Amino acid sequence: MSAVEAAARPRRNIELVLLVLALVVGIGANAMTSINQGLSLGNDFWMQSAIMAVASLAVHIALRFRAKYADPLILPIVVALNGLGVAMIHRLDTASTPVADYGDVQARWTVVGMALAIGVILFLKDHRMLRRFTYISLILSAVLLVLPLVPGITAGDVNGAQVWIRIGPASFQPGEVAKITIGIFFAGYLSTNRDLILLAGRRLGKLQLPRFRDLGPMIVAWLASIGILIFQHDLGMSILFFGIFISMIYVATSRASWAILGIVLMFLGAMASSEIFPHIRLRIDGWINAFDPEVFGRQYGGSYQIVQGLFGMANGGLIGTGMGQGRPDLVPFAHSDMIIAAFGEELGLVGLFAIVVLYALLVTRGMRAAIGARDAFGKLLACGLSAGIGLQCFVVMGGVTRLIPLTGLTTPFLAAGGSSLLANWIIAALILVISNAARRPIDTTPLGPDETPAAIPPSSAPSAHRGGPAETTKTQVVKQQ
Amino acid sequence: MNELTLTFLRLGFLVLMWVLVFSIVGAMRRDLAVGRRNKTGAPTPRQVRKNPELAEPPARQQAHHLVVVEGPLAGTSMPLGESPILLGRAQEATLVLEDDYASGRHARLFPQGSRWFIEDLGSTNGTYLADRQLTRAQPVELNAPIRIGKTVIELRP
Repeated sequence: MSAVEAAARPRRNIELVLLVLALVVGIGANAMTSINQGLSLGNDFWMQSAIMAVASLAVHIALRFRAKYADPLILPIVVALNGLGVAMIHRLDTASTPVADYGDVQARWTVVGMALAIGVILFLKDHRMLRRFTYISLILSAVLLVLPLVPGITAGDVNGAQVWIRIGPASFQPGEVAKITIGIFFAGYLSTNRDLILLAGRRLGKLQLPRFRDLGPMIVAWLASIGILIFQHDLGMSILFFGIFISMIYVATSRASWAILGIVLMFLGAMASSEIFPHIRLRIDGWINAFDPEVFGRQYGGSYQIVQGLFGMANGGLIGTGMGQGRPDLVPFAHSDMIIAAFGEELGLVGLFAIVVLYALLVTRGMRAAIGARDAFGKLLACGLSAGIGLQCFVVMGGVTRLIPLTGLTTPFLAAGGSSLLANWIIAALILVISNAARRPIDTTPLGPDETPAAIPPSSAPSAHRGGPAETTKTQVVKQQ
Repeated sequence: MNELTLTFLRLGFLVLMWVLVFSIVGAMRRDLAVGRRNKTGAPTPRQVRKNPELAEPPARQQAHHLVVVEGPLAGTSMPLGESPILLGRAQEATLVLEDDYASGRHARLFPQGSRWFIEDLGSTNGTYLADRQLTRAQPVELNAPIRIGKTVIELRP
């Protein structure tokens, strides 16, 4: 389907080398904290580093066996980010009194996340299988998004947003998983109905309008994202869903006018909601007038958090104070929402940019998998999931650096939060599976003179959407040195 | 540990982060060569020495022109170069077929070794080489008819 081809090589050894380097970065950050604070590296440190290394090597080995041609760069990037996150959360634990154990919890969730990623790699042979669950995914997303509002399992209003559920002692943020299911739904729906949305319908001047019934499910999804905003007070998640929606519809239809329309709608929605909801108005006020003493000191919805983060990053300067040498703990929620500010303080602009570049590379690898994918569903899914990661980073980093109002989203792989980590590891595994399908060589060697091409039964009229020959082409490993 | 060592370690860690970034960029550099000729099929000299059957067949008369013999564009001729040719109704196709029975991106002609191959790109109505439907890439001999919708194309020397 695509004219883009790269020489097919597994490149798993390069992945191994980069993975070791990534582990050195992650574990090194952890060690630097102890060294800088003049502490010796205890048993806990070695134990945790070993577990982290073994778990990520296990993912690598799973890739060797089941997804030989998967992109070799995604795993090292993700492991480096995750390792840095765990190190920073550990470092923040040591600063809090009494000593918290978010770091240990995060390390535990990392292992669970990696185990889930291995599960996805082992059991999802072909990402196109997910397409069967298009509508189930829509229902699942709706259920997941409504769960935090259901009395009995809701965790109530946590820090101004109602996005958590609590079952027994465990709490979970179902919206994070909904990110994946909604991606699967959009990809499945758009890859099936793309032509209908594009071509059927009225023309209004230069704008081709789709028929209402073709867009019905999409409008439901849009309403869902507005619903999150209204009922759960979660601005970040709402922007994320809507952003994934717009980027996927843009990629599916290549109509810039719709993307622009969507962005205008988003701005209108944000403006309207800032008029209606006081907490969003306060957020925007805290963003524009952050340094106003009155806003700074406000009890609820003030700018104390953002400004403390900015002070921290200013303190870090170009090369930072060094792990364990700054005071990132002065920022509220430094281990989750504001972890970027903590990195800015302790690793400085140089270190923070390295993290930003790692994210950028991760997103480009996802997009590369989308370009190379041979089926529309895989293209859209890889594209939507990686656009989601990119958008999430933008919303968080933009908020922390006061480019846009601060909204409560987690930084993928870095911030403390089990549900976010699990969801992101599943996303990474999905992108790996799609990239494996994209980079796997197709057999283009000519048939022998005696061979006849396999007969195609006339009933299965090949079509680009239903898995014609281009999608089911027999694949075999091409002999290569 | 004294102050100097700590400073070196601190800077060293930042350098390490960028070493990781640049090794990743270095590893992906190769992959960014988009659309370059795919070398998967061409055997290396060493492989040829090991299994002689991999060697290219002796040079035969090469195709230098593509001619449309039937269909709306009948009579059109275009020279063949080194680059693959996309056939279809899409505007980005190398040869834009104004054929209602052709798909947007219908098929691809690409050179490999001394021969041209045709590959169907998942078209709706299929591509036929000498009245046989293509299921995977196949070499195109001179004057062999390639049928796409109502259009028939042949390669000429």
